[in-house]
Amino acid sequence: MMTNFPWLSVITFAPLVGVFFILLIRGDEETTARNARGIALWTSVVTFFVSLGIWVNFDNSTAAFQFVEKVVWMPGLNLAYHLGVDGISMFFVILSTLLTVICIVASWVAITDRVKEYMIAFLVLETLMVGMFSSLDIMLFYVFFEGVLIPMFIIIGVWGGPRRNYAAYKLFLYTLAGSVLMLLAILTMMSEAGTAEIPKLLKYDFAPTLQPWLWLAFFASFAVKVPMWPVHTWLPDAHVEAPTAGSVILAGVLLKFGGYGFLRFSLPMFPLASADFTPLIFTLSVIAVIYTSLVALAQEDMKKLIAYSSVAHMGFVTIGTFAGNLQGIEGAIIQMLSHGVVSAALFLVVGVVYDRIHSRDIDAYGGLVHRMPKYALIFMVFMMASVGLPGTSGFVGEFLILVGAFKANTWVAAFTTTGVILGAAYMLYLYRRVIFGELTKENLKTILDVNAREVAIFAPLLLIVFVMGIYPSLFLDVMHVSVENLVDRYQSALAAAQHISAVAK
Amino acid sequence: MYVAAVFLPLIGALIAGMIAFAAQGAVKADDKERKKRLDRASQLITCGAMLLAALSAILVFVSVVVNGQNGTVELFTWVDSGSLEFSWALRGDTLAVLMVTMVTVVSSMIHIYSIGYMSHDNAVPRFMGYLSLFTFFMLMLVSANNLVQMFFGWEGVGLASYLLIGFWYDRASANAAAIKAFVVNRIGDFGFALGIFATFFLFDSISFDTIFSLASGKSTATMNVFSGEFHALTVICLLLFVGAMGKSAQLGLHVWLPDAMEGPTPVSALIHAATMVTAGVFMVARMSPLFEYSDVALTVVVLVGASTAIFASTVACVQNDIKRVIAYSTCSQLGYMFFALGVSAYSAGMFHLITHAFFKALLFLGAGSVIHAMSDEQDMRKMGGLYKLIPATYILMWIGSLALAGIWPFSGFFSKDIILEAAYGAHTGIGQYAFWLGITAAFLTAFYSWRLIIMTFHGTSRADEKTLAHVHESPKVMILPLVVLAIGALFVGILSVDYFVGEHTVEFWKNSIFVLDTHKALENAHHVPLWVKALPLVAGVGGISLAYLMYMFAPELPGALAAGFQRTYQFLLHKWYFDELYDKIFIKPAFYLGRGLWKAGDGLLIDGVGPDGIAAAVRVLARRAAAIQSGFLYHYAFAMLLGVAALITWFLVKGA
Repeated sequence: MMTNFPWLSVITFAPLVGVFFILLIRGDEETTARNARGIALWTSVVTFFVSLGIWVNFDNSTAAFQFVEKVVWMPGLNLAYHLGVDGISMFFVILSTLLTVICIVASWVAITDRVKEYMIAFLVLETLMVGMFSSLDIMLFYVFFEGVLIPMFIIIGVWGGPRRNYAAYKLFLYTLAGSVLMLLAILTMMSEAGTAEIPKLLKYDFAPTLQPWLWLAFFASFAVKVPMWPVHTWLPDAHVEAPTAGSVILAGVLLKFGGYGFLRFSLPMFPLASADFTPLIFTLSVIAVIYTSLVALAQEDMKKLIAYSSVAHMGFVTIGTFAGNLQGIEGAIIQMLSHGVVSAALFLVVGVVYDRIHSRDIDAYGGLVHRMPKYALIFMVFMMASVGLPGTSGFVGEFLILVGAFKANTWVAAFTTTGVILGAAYMLYLYRRVIFGELTKENLKTILDVNAREVAIFAPLLLIVFVMGIYPSLFLDVMHVSVENLVDRYQSALAAAQHISAVAK
Repeated sequence: MYVAAVFLPLIGALIAGMIAFAAQGAVKADDKERKKRLDRASQLITCGAMLLAALSAILVFVSVVVNGQNGTVELFTWVDSGSLEFSWALRGDTLAVLMVTMVTVVSSMIHIYSIGYMSHDNAVPRFMGYLSLFTFFMLMLVSANNLVQMFFGWEGVGLASYLLIGFWYDRASANAAAIKAFVVNRIGDFGFALGIFATFFLFDSISFDTIFSLASGKSTATMNVFSGEFHALTVICLLLFVGAMGKSAQLGLHVWLPDAMEGPTPVSALIHAATMVTAGVFMVARMSPLFEYSDVALTVVVLVGASTAIFASTVACVQNDIKRVIAYSTCSQLGYMFFALGVSAYSAGMFHLITHAFFKALLFLGAGSVIHAMSDEQDMRKMGGLYKLIPATYILMWIGSLALAGIWPFSGFFSKDIILEAAYGAHTGIGQYAFWLGITAAFLTAFYSWRLIIMTFHGTSRADEKTLAHVHESPKVMILPLVVLAIGALFVGILSVDYFVGEHTVEFWKNSIFVLDTHKALENAHHVPLWVKALPLVAGVGGISLAYLMYMFAPELPGALAAGFQRTYQFLLHKWYFDELYDKIFIKPAFYLGRGLWKAGDGLLIDGVGPDGIAAAVRVLARRAAAIQSGFLYHYAFAMLLGVAALITWFLVKGA
């Protein structure tokens, strides 16, 4: 075991090394593009395999942060370059590195314009994402958290569809509006607790009167990222305009920032406020699940439909998180990982036919199974994972969340479970219109089935969907101790507060 | 052995799936020879795997039921999250292995039948693969050792059913039926899932052994759910029963079953008659240690079961599609099984489940043989006079119908009798309700069965010349499985009645079914008055006679009746208007609401007030602000003057 190896720094900054080499490329357009693709691929693959190292070397038996690195950065401001992961954040690092590889392969032929810049944007994005999930300094976290917006804004704004400007600005303004408040809260917390270190902040008891304000400020930022109803409307637009790989990263990783934030900050640092605001979260989430599922039913654009289904699935995550018990939170993490894989895969599925026909309209398709049986099978598997069929990853997450929710509030569990029915309805309806039926449209009669490159993209995702569905212990065992610790901390804070108020009476 | 019985079908399915892709390649290359070889290979592999599975299942059955061994097999941990822990495992008690044996035997017969039935289809490997996949999920369902594995199988058979109903995916109606089946089943699953959560909430476990041993201790526990304090086991049982209603097509959630007949006929026989639709019955029997402590839940089960029995049998009397008649018949027979469960005669319900599997699969496959002969015609109004042309099918259909109508000594006689006697023997109001509706339904069952036989096989032919010229008896590969099922329909009842519900019932079931000592319906069933024992048979014979009268001897009578009671006829023909109602109150509003929320909610309200609204407001303000800067000196001077005046006023007011 290499305990002194700076795992997280290497994973975080390896992509920037790739960026450096891409910047050095000279030559005509075609060679530049080819070399840029090659370097980006190699960089991301190596980064991914290195990132698996933190899983292999991970110690399941402790809730403490691991692979910790700390260098004082601005001693005057008490800021440090401080990295580390625990059972909650570890898988998100791997999810980010995996999806980056997938994105680069998925863009292999779809992107022909400014390939060099495109690859740089993705590698920078990878650095920021990994940095976000492994930051142990709250200011550093903020820098990464906000920094992600820049490459994402560029990816949508430059390589996006016809309404890319509108979508890019909407994304930017929505998320920025939220995070300004979060910055204020972070500054308050630093002056209050006298430290910027997350491990110390996790142990600090913020005053009960301050907690609601801090909670709300963080909520403003995380709710937009999740996204929760009613601040979700940037998501469908962003997805529709983003290139396929942009959607993959957006759905696969960026949406998890919010859910991760709730778990890392809101719940353990402001337990009292979290408990007080739980009804708010439950209400918004239940509305999100039912509302967006119904909206998804009416969509005519494939990407929009999947975007709305994302909002519904993330509604499950927030419910599980604020159920505040072991099953709910473990379910929320599994659901985020599963959604990261499944929704990413579904956007790739759309991308496959978009690359061929250049339309996202559901009506433009029909009867694809006749020409694309392999594609139909792949789509079927991810659809079933999306509707939470047992044996796939989607089930484990949803099931654990609902078990947790049922303990917390039966009404919430019952309403949320209706989302499972609606989910089946809109996905099967989509599938039928795209895949089944007779093949009548002229331009579809020559469409080709998935090629080797596309199969290579889907294969690892398929594998994860089944492994997570049939043997989730592989993942649950890792997060167990950390989540238990989180739940203990949350519940004991609530119990203590109750005790005080009982004594006061 | 047990593992082989369950997983061989999965292996068969996977291989068939791979062959399906290879066959697609052969079609593309226009290599007919190769395609044929691949089709053959897929048939041999799946049928071989199924037969081996059936053989293993029989061996397991012998070791568990006859030799009394415990056959439970633990595989590996599935989920371990705090106190929520459960494994993949195969449960080895009588109830489980009985179902495993039935499923594998019936399924292997249907696999073989499909070789002949699907011979003209161009996607044979895919079909065989789906059938095997279904069988695997069904086996996982019945061999589950905890509620979640059961749910895995439960949803899995739903998936397989979806795939098979929509097997001919070019047909819009088949696709619609497939989606309907999946979504309606999901509504049932909604209840099932909540039931699982509630079980975990109460017992802190979802493994059968644990919850069954704790059940009696929790028999008076209450649970705080849905803003109220309720009897915990009643809540759990009712929620689980919603799941059973969905899968077993009980009144209210039955709408998917008749439409599911869009699938190829072997599918209807396997999934929608013999196995999957009986999963609900199996589940209630499996959960008997919980249901026994909730009189409310048991009463609901009887009520729903008896009502479904009568509802479906009335509808079956007027349908013209041969498969739909049998589909409604299935629905109605499932109703019988449920009210048997509801009066605590679980073993009687299970007995009927097993006999029904044989004779109903026989009837469906017989109908398939007719359809095959008639070049895919399913409307009985275009049949008639077929008995000379396809005599073997004719005889087999007779055997199936006699069993269904409950005529001695066919299987159905024994199982239906004991159910009705148990309902009577319950000595409760709801038992009487079930008994009398059951008797009426028995009469109707016999009636529509012979209506089917006479319309199909007797009288003058109403088919066109071309179809008639084509009529042929089915090949041996189709008839042979029918004969096996017919043997089952003939002998399973008479041979096993003593084990299921008679003298040896305790040794047979061992501990797999639990009945409270105070629930004596089954015991009383053996001591009911003679007229109660005789009535079902009388009703059956009466129904047959009426069918002969109406369709053989006075064929103008049905038309006259339909004309005379137009309202009733239309009501029955439209299946009590359930589809129309659901369309109006659920489906249309859901789409309407979805559109409304999207356009008005997201578009006008959230975006309109939120980002777009703010952007627009900023633009307006900016334009106004820009307009102020007119460039005229006197404008600026005037503004300054106003400012100075305002300031002075403020100071003066504040100073005072």
